[in-house]
Amino acid sequence: MKKIKKIKIKINGNLSTINDDLSLLSYLKKIKIPLKKVAIELNKEIIDKNKLGKIKLRKNDKIEIVHFIGGG
Amino acid sequence: MVKLKKDKLIVDKKKFNSRLIVGTGKYKSMSECAKAIKLSGAEIVTVAIRRVNISDKKKPLLMDYIDPKKITYLPNTAGCFNSEEALRTLRLAREIGGWKLVKLEVLGDKKNLFPDMIETLKSTEVLTKEGFKVMVYCNDDPLMAKRLENVGACAIMPLAAPIGSGLGIQNTTNIKIIRSQTKLPLIIDAGLGQASDAVIAMELGCDGVLVNTAIAKAKKPFQMALAFKNGVIAGRESFLAGRIKKSLYGSPSSPKTGLI
Repeated sequence: MKKIKKIKIKINGNLSTINDDLSLLSYLKKIKIPLKKVAIELNKEIIDKNKLGKIKLRKNDKIEIVHFIGGG
Repeated sequence: MVKLKKDKLIVDKKKFNSRLIVGTGKYKSMSECAKAIKLSGAEIVTVAIRRVNISDKKKPLLMDYIDPKKITYLPNTAGCFNSEEALRTLRLAREIGGWKLVKLEVLGDKKNLFPDMIETLKSTEVLTKEGFKVMVYCNDDPLMAKRLENVGACAIMPLAAPIGSGLGIQNTTNIKIIRSQTKLPLIIDAGLGQASDAVIAMELGCDGVLVNTAIAKAKKPFQMALAFKNGVIAGRESFLAGRIKKSLYGSPSSPKTGLI
């Protein structure tokens, strides 16, 4: 059986090890991010939420996921 | 009162019945925040943009307590200390769900939280060109307020005093000058401490006030939310009614004729 390669990425400042074959969409679904309530940045570039499935995650990618919280 | 029904706050062509904008920070809980907002009658609330807590996704979400379909969210760049951070934050906010009406706040000093007006001006220009409608937190400086207007700000939001200080309006003269020079919505942002401060702001002719700490950190936030609601209404009515001229001398309220 072919062993799936693992890669390291950073999500919201924390290191995470994931399978090499994941798209951004499947990763975000896997970690249960409520996509309608967030914005996503990949390597400092804002990602159109309709295109998440087309983006394959690579080694050392930096993902930022933000949402609205209470503030003045 | 009948006249007041037609008297609306208009920001970026949108009409609001309430002239009180409320911040959603510093409350003990989301439910306390939601109840205070309801009592305040506010139709616009400021919100911050921060990282999602990946490890604890059960944490309550603001959107679960305050429905953005019913209350206008005003994404705010609180905590940004330069133009780059502010632009990044608001571009992300727009991406969450199409928010174009935003509040820009670029701070220059961690102690007094005064705005860095050079960075603020620069950011306002960029954001406006990108199609944002920018309500701008600024100093109570008429010249800077004019420059913000010239680069496309959709509302001028001078501070009353440092954010969270509760000092009330420190420079009524400058606020009056800013009022006289602009037709843009003029909203006092930051530094109010009690309902009478809101009355003063409205009596100066401001279009609205933005309050967070004074409500959230009051001993009884719900009562203070109501007090600010009433203060803004009272101040606005007083402004529209037109005050009497001040005089050094007395003028009797009862007729001088028919005295016994």
